[in-house]
Order: sequence, then C-alpha cells, then structure tokens
Amino acid sequence: MRFIFKTKYSQDINIAKHNGDRFWYSLLILVMVALPLVLDDFYLGEISYICILSIAGIGLMILSGYTGLASLGHAAFLGVGAYTHAFLLTNGIPFYASIPIVIIVSFLVGAVIGIPILRLTGMYLAIATLALGFIAEHVFIKWEHFTGGNRGLPVPQPEFLGMSFYDSVFFYYVCLVFLIAAMFAAINILRSPTGRAFVAIRDSEIAAQSLGVNLGLYKALSFAISGAFTGLAGALLAHYIGYLAPDIFNIFLSLTLLLLIVVGGMGSLHGTVFGAIFVGFLPQLIAICRDYLPSSIGSQPGLEPMLFGLILVFFILYEPLGIYGRWMKIKLFFELFPTYKRQTFKKQKVFTKSDRV
Amino acid sequence: MQLIQLVIDGIASGCIYGLVALGFVLIYKATETINFAQGDILMLGAFVAYSLIGILGMDYLTGFALTVLIIAVFGFFVDAVVVRQIIGQPAFATVMLTIGLGFIFRGFASIYWGTDIFSFSTPFSGKITEFNGLIISYVNLSIIVGTAILMSALYFFFTFSKIGVAMRASSENQLAAYYMGIPVKFIFSLIWSISAGVAAVAGILLAPITLVDTSISLIGLKAFAAAVLGGFGSIPGAIVGGIIIGIVEQLCGTYENYLFEGVREISAYLVLILTLIIYPRGLFSDKAEVKKV
Repeated sequence: MRFIFKTKYSQDINIAKHNGDRFWYSLLILVMVALPLVLDDFYLGEISYICILSIAGIGLMILSGYTGLASLGHAAFLGVGAYTHAFLLTNGIPFYASIPIVIIVSFLVGAVIGIPILRLTGMYLAIATLALGFIAEHVFIKWEHFTGGNRGLPVPQPEFLGMSFYDSVFFYYVCLVFLIAAMFAAINILRSPTGRAFVAIRDSEIAAQSLGVNLGLYKALSFAISGAFTGLAGALLAHYIGYLAPDIFNIFLSLTLLLLIVVGGMGSLHGTVFGAIFVGFLPQLIAICRDYLPSSIGSQPGLEPMLFGLILVFFILYEPLGIYGRWMKIKLFFELFPTYKRQTFKKQKVFTKSDRV
Repeated sequence: MQLIQLVIDGIASGCIYGLVALGFVLIYKATETINFAQGDILMLGAFVAYSLIGILGMDYLTGFALTVLIIAVFGFFVDAVVVRQIIGQPAFATVMLTIGLGFIFRGFASIYWGTDIFSFSTPFSGKITEFNGLIISYVNLSIIVGTAILMSALYFFFTFSKIGVAMRASSENQLAAYYMGIPVKFIFSLIWSISAGVAAVAGILLAPITLVDTSISLIGLKAFAAAVLGGFGSIPGAIVGGIIIGIVEQLCGTYENYLFEGVREISAYLVLILTLIIYPRGLFSDKAEVKKV
C-alpha cells in the first residue's frame, strides 16, 4: 500500500499523483509510439479505430459519466464532425485548418442542442436525445447539398505534413496524437472548476445549485464540450471510413458509444480506453462466439444484437463500475492483501428516489 | 372529406402508439422507470401470435388470448428476475438495462423466427366498410374498437378491483402501501405484466398492417412522443397523445409538399422535441410535473 504524504495543496490537483504513475504512463506512451515497429497494417488500423472510439468515448463520458446527463443520440455529433470535415476538405480547406473548425462547429451544435433541452432531467433527456439522434440521421439523408444524401460523400485524403492518410502508420500517429491531446484536455477540464461543477451536478443538482453552480450554463457547457470531443472523433472517423453514408450514424452507433462507456466504467477516463478496446474488438469476439456455437445459431445475423444486449445487461447488473471498476478492485486486493474486504465496494441498499414533486 | 378520411386513418395508427405509450405510462407511474424495451415486447407479441395463429393454425381469438397471456407472464418475469435488481439506482442504469433487454429480445426474435417478413390471416384482413363515402377498413376498425375495449377494461380494473386499487396505492406512495400490507414488489411485477400484455395486444392488432418482422419494434420509439405529449403520468393522456401523433403523421405524410420532404418519418420526433421544449408537462399531467432547473 502506497501512502502519499501531501505537503502542498497543489498536490491534490496534480495530473500524476506519484512517481509510479509518471513511470507507467510514460512507458505506455513509449510503447504506443513504438507499436508500428512491431504490428502490421491491419492491427494498426484496428488500434487507430480504437483511438477514435476513445476520443468519442471521452466526449460521451464527460456528458454522461461526469455530468450525469444521458445521451442516446451521440452518433449525431460524430456525424456532424464527419460531414463538416469532409465538406471542408472537399472545398479545399487544408487538414490543419479543418480540424479546429470542426471542433468549433461541433461545440456550437452541442451548445445549440444543449440549451433547449437542458431543462429536462433523467429519462426525459434520454428520450429527447434519442429523438434528436433520429432527426439528425434524417437531416444527413435529406440535406443532399451538404451531405450527398443516400449516395454518400467520399472523404478526400489530403496530404498533411507531406504524408498521406492512406499510409496506415501515419494515420495511426495522427490518431494517437489526437487521443493523447484529447485525454490531456479532458483531464484538465475535469480538474478545473468547470469539471468540478460537472461532477457536483451529477452527484446532486440541488447541492450543486446551493453552492452557486449555474445549472443551465454548466449543463449546456457540458453538452458543448462533449459535442466538441465527439465531433473531433467524427472527423478522424471520416478519414478512417473513407466514404460517408448517413446510415453509419444511426441509433446503433449511439448505443455502441453508450456500451463503450458502461463497459469501460462510468465516471473514469481510463474507462473510455478500456471500453474502446472492448468495443473495437467486439466484432472479433462475436466471430469467435460464432465458431463455438452450433451453426444453426452461430450463422444468424441476430446474434450480434443479442450479445450486445447480454453484455450491456450483464455489466449494468453485476459490474456497474465497468472494467475500470474491476481493475480497481483487483488492484486494491493486492494492495491490501490479506485484509481486502468485499464490502468495500458493496452497493448500498437504496430506496427508489422519487423525481416527483 | 379527404381530411376526415385521413383523420380516421390517423386515429387507427394513433391507437397503436397510444397502447404502447400506455405501457410506458403504467410502468412509469408505478416504478418511475421507463421501459425502453416496450417496442420489443410488442414485436415479441406479434411473433408469438404469428407462431400460434399462422403456424399452429389456432383460431384468431384463442390465439389472441393465449398470446396476451404468454407475453404477460413473460413481462412478469422480466421484472421479477431482472429489472427489480436495480431499483433505486440512477435513471441511467434503468435506461441502459431496458435498452439491453430490448436488444436481447430483438436478437432472440431474429434467431428464433428469422429475419423474413411474416403475416397471418385475421378475420379483418382485406375487408372494408363504407360510410357516407368514407372508407374504413376492418383492420383499422378492429384497432379502434380493440383499444376502446382495452381502455374501458383497464378503467374498471383500476377503479373497482382490489388489485387495481392496490396498484394505484403503490404508485402513489410505495412505503405507505407497504405498511398497509400490499406486496409492493409483487404488484410492480404485475404492473409489468399488464404493460407487456397491452403491448402484445397492440402488436397483434398492428400485425395485419405492418406485417410481422423485427423492425416493428421501432414503434416503441414513436410511442415515446405519444407518452410525452400526454404527460407521461396519465393513462388517458397516453391514448390521446397517441391519437394526436397518429393524425399529425398522416397529415404530414399527405401535405408533405407544403412542408419539407420526408417530414412524415420525423414528425413524431419533432412533436416530441417541441412538447419537451415548449410544454414539458404534457397535456394531461396530473401531479407528476417534470422537474425544472
């Protein structure tokens, strides 16, 4: 067990809590940088995809995991980011200028969506975002001038720093750099007063309001920041996919993002990466399941949604803190050995909390 | 005349939305959770009816009754085994849990019944009646009459039967109901079973129009609009909201040229968003006011 002896207040908000953290995270970054030496193009593509999912996951995590606002329509932000990026690139705007514009546009879209529906809480918000997701998908289909409609929109792959996006090693590094940047931005937002306000809103709106947090402002801000991260992920996703069609950004993608943060662990940035790894390898996992099941079941297309649902239900019921929560438990077990108590993480018994006045 | 014709068609499809919304409202009133799997339960109802009537060749009414019974029992166990475990956790957990359940049901249906589109014969298929120049199909008539019968049955059940009163008591105040000796957990599971049964009725009535396949579970999402418009705590509100949504959808579909292209598919969601922004209490809300910031 490591005890951190605090001598300065600033230690409380340090990014790395102790030297062990510094060592392991530096090592992780080194390993990630060195990966292209070892892996071939296919795996680099997969890992780039996982990086993109992680960035989108950070966006949704800030909204759902830290501010406690459920969004069932987050694929819309991915779509906004992807289409804006593709549109800008098509019109000759270079990559380094397009990305900031995408981030600003998604931020504004998030704010515009956030303002009218931030009066809603809980389920109503979930329903409203679900409806918005559908409307956004429909807009992507019908606004042909901008999105190409059902025909789709090819994404130009311009040169950037003299390299091409077709080069999977280069694309991997781009994704990695954006993931690390997004991670730093998210960590810094979350340890600033803004992030503290988000967490306060999640834990108790009334308490947060009593302490002077402007609920409306911070909820809209959370929506906007979340939109910006997800929009950035959308821009990278556009490069990854190469050809945008409206039905990519459907409800299933929104729910996949939710699965990502639930499986990874609500309320932790580590969780977004764990969840992204899980979701990224889910198709392979399903393929493996297909091999082991009798062919009459294994070859069915319905297997995928079924496993998807089973995993979701399993995590909600038995491991609500997700993979990161399980990792914390294992870590604590070894740190406290042999005095670890199961009860440390026991769910408290609660009565139904009423939303009714 | 064309307008009245459209309104009648709208009422018929609106009744289906209303019935599904009724399922949301019953569960919400009692347990303050929303069942996102309601549309998938409707789909299961339609598939079970197809198995009983279409494959096993049962009589329509027997098949109807048996389907509702099977789905109601199924709904009871969904609550008793799964949903009950997360009572008291944040709303987010329930939302995710029921979405997950919905995926399981849909996956199961497409594995067990396949992804083809099925239909089964009903006594109403293909018959129409004319009234003052209005054409009303028997299918639409069966939906409207079926909804009316179900609504009055539920009204009498909740007003006069002992279990119905116990249900109302539990949804008013769980703790007080518990002290009065009402088995609250059992009652909640029973409410789930009624709500599933209502969804099954909607599924069977809908089957002749949309035919049976896994995509009809999307009805559940449009029914949210009906429930929200009706005030999410009110049983008549759910039906009225459903009928309004149905009519709006028909009108938007017909007068699409005057509005914008493709307005029909999203009209329900637009109504939903507008209701939530402008008048989130809904039309018929009793006391369950939406918390405002």
